[in-house]
Amino acid sequence: MFKILKKERLAPHVNKFLIHAPWVTKNCKPGQFVIIRVDEEGERIPLTIAEYDREQGTITLIVQEVGKTTYKLGDLDEGDAIEDVIGPLGRPAEIAKVGTVVTIGGGVGTAIVYPETRAFKEAGNYLISIVGYKNKELIILEEEMRQYSDELYVTTDDGSYGRQGFVSDQLKDLIESGRKIDLVLTIGPAIMMKVICDLTRKFNIKTIVSLNSIMMDGTAMCGGCRVEVNGKTRFACVDGPEFDGHQVNFDLLMKRLGTYRDQEKESLERYLQNKEKA
Amino acid sequence: MEKKTVKKPRRMGIPRQPMPKQKPEERTGNFNEVALGYTVELALEEAERCIQCRKPPCIKGCPVNINIPAFIQLISERKFIEAARKIKEDDVLPAMTGRVCPQEEQCEIQCVVGIKHKPVAIGRLERFAADFEAEHSEMDLPEMESSNGQKVAVVGSGPSGLTVAADCARMGYDVTVFEALHKPGGVLVYGIPEFRLPKNIVMREVDYLKKMGVKIVYDVCVGRTVTIRQLFDEGYKAIFLGLGAGLPRFMSIEGENLLGIYSANEFLTRINLMRAYKFPEYDTPIRIGHRVAVIGGGNVAMDSVRSALRFGAEEAHIIYRRSRPEMPAREEEIENAEEEGVLFDFLVNPLRYIGDENGWIKAIELIKMELGEPDASGRKRPVPIKGSEFIYKVDTVVVAIGQTVNPLLLDTTPEIKTNKWGYIKADPETGETSMKGVFAGGDIVTGEATVIAAMGAGRKAAKTIDAYLKNLRADQ
Repeated sequence: MFKILKKERLAPHVNKFLIHAPWVTKNCKPGQFVIIRVDEEGERIPLTIAEYDREQGTITLIVQEVGKTTYKLGDLDEGDAIEDVIGPLGRPAEIAKVGTVVTIGGGVGTAIVYPETRAFKEAGNYLISIVGYKNKELIILEEEMRQYSDELYVTTDDGSYGRQGFVSDQLKDLIESGRKIDLVLTIGPAIMMKVICDLTRKFNIKTIVSLNSIMMDGTAMCGGCRVEVNGKTRFACVDGPEFDGHQVNFDLLMKRLGTYRDQEKESLERYLQNKEKA
Repeated sequence: MEKKTVKKPRRMGIPRQPMPKQKPEERTGNFNEVALGYTVELALEEAERCIQCRKPPCIKGCPVNINIPAFIQLISERKFIEAARKIKEDDVLPAMTGRVCPQEEQCEIQCVVGIKHKPVAIGRLERFAADFEAEHSEMDLPEMESSNGQKVAVVGSGPSGLTVAADCARMGYDVTVFEALHKPGGVLVYGIPEFRLPKNIVMREVDYLKKMGVKIVYDVCVGRTVTIRQLFDEGYKAIFLGLGAGLPRFMSIEGENLLGIYSANEFLTRINLMRAYKFPEYDTPIRIGHRVAVIGGGNVAMDSVRSALRFGAEEAHIIYRRSRPEMPAREEEIENAEEEGVLFDFLVNPLRYIGDENGWIKAIELIKMELGEPDASGRKRPVPIKGSEFIYKVDTVVVAIGQTVNPLLLDTTPEIKTNKWGYIKADPETGETSMKGVFAGGDIVTGEATVIAAMGAGRKAAKTIDAYLKNLRADQ
């Protein structure tokens, strides 16, 4: 059992958990994820580690409530425990000094971009960060991102904060204004990563993405997380989760992410109904 | 004892006692165990058939050399619990091996009775004794050496790891098993279905190990969570790697990532470990269509296709590129599948998968095969027949053609040398690897094999670990 030491609501349906998981912190690095199982009946889902503290033996997860599992997690409080947390899994991000790095986070994807932004900054890069949200209410980690960014741009879909538009609009402006960009790192919804990659491909800017395919064991056993990279089948849990975005088949990824859409909907509805009754 | 009063002619006249089973039409509607086990009467009758050879060839056929005539003798003396203890001297997991070992090609094929008649049903008797002991006794601990204080780490709680853990605990070591999943048992739990090996049997055997002092830590993926080097730093003196096989094998043909195509690993894990058959009570979903095709002819393929039937598939097919005699699955499992209504399509092989507009599998293009000359495996090589391609409609596919290596631990531990297939190079007699103090056995060394072969490797490795650590103790 893994105890929740602290829980904080960052935005509507977005929760931050500080979890005691000393095994995970032994070797954990930016870019890696854990698989969690909330309770005995629970499914196993991957969540990227937002922060970790090796001395305290704690990790931070920032999770948006989208399905039954993340809602169940959101209903846990400080002092409650999560049945299983295993990690760190996946290859760590490749952090190096390359010059100017643009990190792009969409929604809770920012929680994953944040530790890498920090690591790239600490590696001596010039950091431009772009973070995008649906609206002002959903903004998370703005100050944290600002702390490690030389420039920070915030976009909202509805224009309620920062620039109205998408993160890709901001990136396009930067590129077209002639800024020299050595690397783009983008993490967020698959469609957002696809749009960014389509854009940077045209300008030949190396772009790293982190793929959130459906996983079960996360340890190179089930093969459910398979993605297509450069025309070949790869396994996000051990070959990834980060890949060269220009080689990723995003259409396939998006289809595969929808494999259980009907069951996920049924599951969540039942959960919310039962919760209301209780 | 009374046994001697049975006259030879009577003994020779007893037929091999059949295994009582759930009726096919009933069992496809549930996930309960198919084979119900011998009753006392059946066990006594079957035990009579053993002629107690003076030089029993069956023992040599067993990868862990169980003293088979001795335990069968105890059964015929109605000393059922003692029979189980006798087995446990060599095999700590008899309830499991009695169920899943391919006895027909190991001990039973050697049985002298089998020359003229059908061989003694050794596996069924083994299972009977083990179940009897569990139901009628406190499962007393075996004789154990006193603690020597040395720490042994076992990576993976599958058949090889559990064997090493049991043997080392018995020899006085302080054993900790590290398991990546949230339940113990490895393939015994995520792979082999409930209807062939009930999970409570695995848990019962694991509880027995815990009683012996073995500690199990879940949610630890050695290689990522903690490295081999760190385990040594934490005071473990020897480490056994029983990681099992790894990533599922695919054929690298068009359309393999379409929705509705599962690896057998994923398909079975969703059902067995995650209990997708209890969705939505359990959260893990699975999608099984009306017409399911399982690619492959091994035990895992049989487990998959029979699971699909239990999920209510109208048609569940085996697609196999050779013919029935070449199928690697156990005869018993093939028969079970046939009885349950599994359809077998032999001498066909997939060329590509065809999807609908939403990316779901809707058909396979198959090609007909014929058998040519025997290949390296000794089986006739399947050769495609030109121009025989045809379209085969399905809405779920399970690919059960084996596994490749698990890259995870080896990626982070370059000291451990691998062979050309990527499996760990370990001495088959001792389990020693290229890294000092590190031993390995089971599928991670041999590639996909059987439960009992992994246990045999575990047995040998435990002996080597003991010798190695005794030396270390002497040096200090």
